[in-house]
Amino acid sequence: MERRFNIYRNNVVVSLIEALAAVFPATQRITGPDFFRAMARFHIRKTPPTSPLLFEYGREFPDFIAQYEYARSMPWLADVARIERAWLDAYHAADEAVLAAEALTLPAPVDIGDLRFVAHPATRLLRSQYPAFTIFSANRSDDPVGPITATEPEWTLITRPALDVEVRKLSRGAALMLARLIAGGTLAEAAGDAFAACPDFDLASAISGIIEVGAFSDVSTRGVGK
Amino acid sequence: MDPNTHDIGHNALRFPPFRADGQAGTSFKPEHLPAILTQFPKRGFFEIHAENYMGPGGPPHQALSRIRQDYPLSVHGVCMSIGGPRPLDREHLARFKALVDRYEPALVSEHLAWSTHETTYFNDLLPLPYNDQTLRHVADHIDEVQQTIGRPILLENPSSYLSFKESTMAETEFIRALTKRTGCGLLLDVNNVFVSAANLSSSPLDYLADYPLDLVEEIHLAGHKAQSDEDGGTLLIDSHDGPVCDAVWQLFETVICRTGPIPTLVEWDSAIPAWITLEKEAAAAQAILDRHSSSHGREARHAAL
Repeated sequence: MERRFNIYRNNVVVSLIEALAAVFPATQRITGPDFFRAMARFHIRKTPPTSPLLFEYGREFPDFIAQYEYARSMPWLADVARIERAWLDAYHAADEAVLAAEALTLPAPVDIGDLRFVAHPATRLLRSQYPAFTIFSANRSDDPVGPITATEPEWTLITRPALDVEVRKLSRGAALMLARLIAGGTLAEAAGDAFAACPDFDLASAISGIIEVGAFSDVSTRGVGK
Repeated sequence: MDPNTHDIGHNALRFPPFRADGQAGTSFKPEHLPAILTQFPKRGFFEIHAENYMGPGGPPHQALSRIRQDYPLSVHGVCMSIGGPRPLDREHLARFKALVDRYEPALVSEHLAWSTHETTYFNDLLPLPYNDQTLRHVADHIDEVQQTIGRPILLENPSSYLSFKESTMAETEFIRALTKRTGCGLLLDVNNVFVSAANLSSSPLDYLADYPLDLVEEIHLAGHKAQSDEDGGTLLIDSHDGPVCDAVWQLFETVICRTGPIPTLVEWDSAIPAWITLEKEAAAAQAILDRHSSSHGREARHAAL
């Protein structure tokens, strides 16, 4: 009886390892399956799922990876996992039309600096001290991985304007601007953040690039409404 | 036009009111969508695991809306934990209702099993003892689900690797009592009958002889695999990762011979093959259903109910 019950216990753990492997394929590719399964098993024991929706599982996994003793030689691994978790959130996020590229060219009796943007429900912005975007991109597909020479910190924007999840690397200036806009700041405030950190920041191309990816669903002006 | 929006009136259907009567279907896997859309004629039905479609949006809903325009749908809940002693998760129940409301399925089912305890979700369908106390809990849970979604559900028999000392009645007796108390219908998983009988050293034909076949509104078929238990004995695992075995096909035909055609689903949930493989499994089930359609008064049975 006890032995038979182990069958169930084992099935549960194996199915959850497979669920994590499905959410974090690039992470698994980097570590190899044996390393990944061992790491996943520790995490499952420590943090079993609390929701029956398995696509919600694994939110604490990147933090676990960051603390995981045997992953210390891969300090960027947790950030790659964060991009993968954000990818799945974007995949399941609510459907909403994205802000059209013409939104900023419409004649409006307002100062453009007063504009506030509404982030699309799928939009996520992640900062890494490491080139996490580059490592993620190289390992997310089945293509061969060449040597990765990037060493700089990278910001990653994840969103889903229609059916396909978009993952883009942002310049530091564009990322600082987007972070402020997501937090509800005005375009003037957001641009201020970007210029303060990056004097050669190109505001026009940064804002149009972010709108084009589909990171926003709406725009409004302070006090005026849309 | 987006099939999920309508402003005709609150009784207007968003999708065609397809029924699955007498048809064979398969699990719906989004990777098969392009192949399915080229299919003609559009016969059969598709079943989804409800939990996979409980996110707010994205490609899963897009694919399901598309398939639902052309086919009847079966919504199969996996995680309601109807068989557990704990109160049902209200949030989960609300999500389940929203899904049923949105997609207007021909069939709605759940499992006689539990998967949540306290705050932990076990990603498996776990067995329960069958006695008066568990009967009350499970009946209350089925009532709650049915009242919430406003329609009866079909309850599926589990696959088992063990039985409980605390059981005072047979599974078939337990299931029969549940149908009397709640008015629910039944989803007979023929593969589970086979797997449980092998694991518990009992007879699948005896099980079927005691089982209320007249209340079956859907049948499941699936592949299983053999695994050794710790004593070196053979254990069958309900793995849904391969073709239906010959013994299960024979058992299925035995059932259909007695009941006439019933919507029959071939489940395939891991190691998903190309669409053509599932299509052929469904065609094999359909051939058996068709063979028994003229010789049997399924319609007469319906009329009498």
